[in-house]
Amino acid sequence: MSTIDQQTTTTRKPLTGADVLVESLVLHGVDVLFAYPGGASMPMHQALTRYRDRVRTILPRHEQGGIFAAEGYARATGKPGVVMATSGPGALNLVTGLADAKMDSLPIIAITGQVPTHVIGTDAFQETPMVEVCRAITKHHYLVQNARDMARIVKEAFHIASTGRPGPVLIDVPKDIQNTLVNDPDYDVPMDLPGYRLPPAPAPEKIREALAAIKASQKPIIYCGGGVVASGAAEELREFASKTGIPVGMTLQGLGSIPNDHYLSLNMLGMHGTVYSNYAINEADLLLAFGVRFDDRVTGKLSEFAKHGKIIHVDIDASEINKNKPAHIAINSDVRTFLKAVNPLVEAGDWRAWHKQIDAWRASDPMTYDQRDDAIMPQYVLDQFSNLAQGEFIMTTGVGQHQMWAAQWTKFTKPRTWITSGGLGSMGFGLPAALGAQAAFPDALVVDIDGDGSFVMNIQELATAHCESLPVKVILLNNQHLGMVVQWEDRFYASNRAHTYLGPVDHPEAIGQGEGDLPDVTYPDFVAISKGFGIQARQIRKKSEVIDALKEMIAYPGPYVLDVLVPYQEHVLPMIPAGMTVKDIIKS
Amino acid sequence: MGQTMSNGNGSGRKRHVLSALVQNQPGVLAHVSGMFASRGFNIESLAVGETEDPHLSRITVTVNGDDKLLEQVRKQLEKIVTVVRVHDISREDFVERDLMLIKIDAASERLAEIKALVDIYRGRIVDVGAEQVMVEISGQETKIEAFVDAVRPFGIRELARTGRIALVRGSRPSREESEGETVGSAAEAAVVGHSHL
Repeated sequence: MSTIDQQTTTTRKPLTGADVLVESLVLHGVDVLFAYPGGASMPMHQALTRYRDRVRTILPRHEQGGIFAAEGYARATGKPGVVMATSGPGALNLVTGLADAKMDSLPIIAITGQVPTHVIGTDAFQETPMVEVCRAITKHHYLVQNARDMARIVKEAFHIASTGRPGPVLIDVPKDIQNTLVNDPDYDVPMDLPGYRLPPAPAPEKIREALAAIKASQKPIIYCGGGVVASGAAEELREFASKTGIPVGMTLQGLGSIPNDHYLSLNMLGMHGTVYSNYAINEADLLLAFGVRFDDRVTGKLSEFAKHGKIIHVDIDASEINKNKPAHIAINSDVRTFLKAVNPLVEAGDWRAWHKQIDAWRASDPMTYDQRDDAIMPQYVLDQFSNLAQGEFIMTTGVGQHQMWAAQWTKFTKPRTWITSGGLGSMGFGLPAALGAQAAFPDALVVDIDGDGSFVMNIQELATAHCESLPVKVILLNNQHLGMVVQWEDRFYASNRAHTYLGPVDHPEAIGQGEGDLPDVTYPDFVAISKGFGIQARQIRKKSEVIDALKEMIAYPGPYVLDVLVPYQEHVLPMIPAGMTVKDIIKS
Repeated sequence: MGQTMSNGNGSGRKRHVLSALVQNQPGVLAHVSGMFASRGFNIESLAVGETEDPHLSRITVTVNGDDKLLEQVRKQLEKIVTVVRVHDISREDFVERDLMLIKIDAASERLAEIKALVDIYRGRIVDVGAEQVMVEISGQETKIEAFVDAVRPFGIRELARTGRIALVRGSRPSREESEGETVGSAAEAAVVGHSHL
């Protein structure tokens, strides 16, 4: 196809709207996108074939897999992830991913085909008003009404998606616009965004106030969130923490900002965070809230959260400041810009008594789990994986117990190596997100930590892994149950099993009357399914097999599913029940 | 009702008139009203129309709530990409108007009475039918409501209102937002504004 490429780009003959779109993507640095074709997006796919030497088009097996893959790509690289789908059902299958990307602030460009302009509004075949559906779950959205607007819209979409607080932007493209010829397309058009502004650099008096508050503090703590990763401020955060000696608790999305084994790391905060990080937040007299949104999974009961402390809240999104928790010093700024400004000015404080207190909490309530030999403990698997991989991996997850164990027990050393659906909590995220990260970094060890519930939700993406040669690894923590819901049933519903067993309904486990042992034959047969997709797989059920199996998986050149049977009775601990306080923490 | 907001930490509910300049594009009104609905903000009144600049429309929205709610409403509005500028004009000296068309039962023997009321309220009779008249009246909400009460005994057939529109008095440009956002004193906790054009 290279001759056609040369024609379309070196001569000035008219291009179709679809060509202008794809050319614009190339100009914005897109090297891979995830696209599932259909009637209303065929011209765009035809255009993609004309650019196949510059853009890799990966065919997911479901549009939701496509957008989760784009999210994995975006989180791993920091660049916008691009996904394309056809109109109607194809587009609607992106909806969960758009909402997911909005909640977790990921830059996504979602391009959907739409029915031709003249039939919009007539309930045409596969017509859905995507812009109407997606207003509340995108950062911005476009319905292209003139092919001449295409280059400007793509430019604006990339700008909006990737600047400020990142987020998803939808571009809905009617089929006739895709086919319209454009003479002399101008790609360097000015943007028309009079209402889109980025916050200015923090004012010097704000910085002075923050410095004074730090100096006056006896018990400061950093509450480090996804904004630190999104703004590329991990380096600056480490410098800030190290220079001052202020301990760092991380949110789920903040993991990787500072290595877990750094002496100032308190590891994860919140519902399933460490006991000592939650104690520290509770006792702190100064909360340095960097790139966070005071999410309920971190705060529990808002009125009790960090109530002894002054709050310095730095966030790029003005609407997050004072939304859930009022800030004493509110700084509407990019976190990296703020840290770059304060780092030369901060000094180490004398916080020996505070460190001593925290160390005492670390010693009295360390992270632990039962060292059983008769079963594979999920925490053990993650611990061993961490030891073997030594920080050189990218990890994705589904949603549930396995996700929390992965967050608690994996040792991260770098930002952008932890990719998880936090705000929306979308099951089925892990496998496609891993494919997206692998597409960005073909040589990296990309591992999806998954549960048997989540994995099945996008299991069709095993086909993508095989057919697109994306050597992702899956560690399936298989307990035959929806583990997190089971845990809540155990804690809050007297262990009454309400549709949380994933095997046949005539099994006693379905009504909570099983013996508690792992079955000899598990359902479904993940090894057979994987092999059916052309993927290497192995099931293990003995602790003695874990290290060998992990090594085999890591060394395997292609995609690999490691089905690890774990007991469903295990709970994720510690736990602060929803809406409660650190005083209510469940330790065992 | 051109009240200005008092300073202080503002725990009380107040009526706020927000004036938002938005890009004159399809779907912007739906986006704004959808945001109000999905975030659970109650709108008392909402009016929209073009401005002197054909690229911009003005949405005037009245909300009832405390300062914290207002701050969220304003910031969420500003976050919408097609919203160019948001201005809490109830903080300033402003003029607001509401326009009403109202059909009143008017047997011929009572027409003079109605005419007298319309004159007192500086309205206009714009249509006269066999058994009814249509009156146009504009002004502040209190005046409109007082008129409605005054003519209620005659019998109201139908009524339509535009909702409030408002502009700040004088020739100076609208004050930029940089007010304190706060727990403690305003000086301690001003957000570095997001609202600069």
